[in-house]
Amino acid sequence: MRAAVIQFPGSNCDRDMAVALANVAGGAENVSMVWHKDAELPKGLDVIGIPGGFSFGDYLRCGAIAARSPIMDAVVEFANKGGYVFGLCNGFQILTESGLLPGVLMRNAGLKYICKDVELRVETTASPFTSRYTVGEVVTVPVAHHDGNYSADPETLKRLVGDDRVAFRYTETPNGSVDDIAGILSANKRVLGMMPHPERRADTQLGGTDGVRFFEGIADALVSA
Amino acid sequence: MKARVHVTLKNGVLDPQGAAVAHSLGALGFDGVNDVRQGKVIELDLAETDKAAAEASVKQMCEKLLANTVIENYSVEIL
Repeated sequence: MRAAVIQFPGSNCDRDMAVALANVAGGAENVSMVWHKDAELPKGLDVIGIPGGFSFGDYLRCGAIAARSPIMDAVVEFANKGGYVFGLCNGFQILTESGLLPGVLMRNAGLKYICKDVELRVETTASPFTSRYTVGEVVTVPVAHHDGNYSADPETLKRLVGDDRVAFRYTETPNGSVDDIAGILSANKRVLGMMPHPERRADTQLGGTDGVRFFEGIADALVSA
Repeated sequence: MKARVHVTLKNGVLDPQGAAVAHSLGALGFDGVNDVRQGKVIELDLAETDKAAAEASVKQMCEKLLANTVIENYSVEIL
């Protein structure tokens, strides 16, 4: 499995993401770090991760400027060809701003930055990212965001729910997200965005391993593909 | 030629920042503020000299970057 992590000015979870990917990809040599100004992706990629952080200082809107970076054209093309792409936290914001995922992440309902562990309920196993979990299982993963309040118009929400595209819900929403949504999938289930950070719960030394199966699921999908 | 863009949240989109400002105004004794909506003003200095061309160009900028049309409306003023 060959993975890439896109780095923007202000990304700060890029190395955590790369370590979590390397652990399931057979080593760090299979994970490329790609700078946002590059126009092309490395050849032979299987999966792309868009990391958390504060790309471009969250100027204008979170993820807005990163979504228009040169590399994002290649990422969108990769996804449109059926490639696996996931965005965590700021990465989720970038994926909605790029149009790969519907809806938008607004300022938290309580207006405060939230950094704490939250409980997530797994809502579907019909995606590589969630295939190692069970439906209804509750896992503990941290959030760290100021703008994680997911919002979408009623038709989009109906489609997300009806097409089994809600990946995770908060058991108790920390940020006001509509329908308690914490993470969603694209129509082909190969693009995922979520505000919580599974890469920060992917090693016992980080306080837990509930996030490990997220990455193992990606590796499973690529081996069987 | 200068242009001014107003970006505002669409009706029906919850504005927690506006609600917090409204609450604070109430606490300061400003009664009768029914609602507050917070937006952005973006000022652009353009090389373009034709008003219609400038307006068309700024509208494209709004569609592509300055506004997120999922939740925001924009208006363009050429000054």
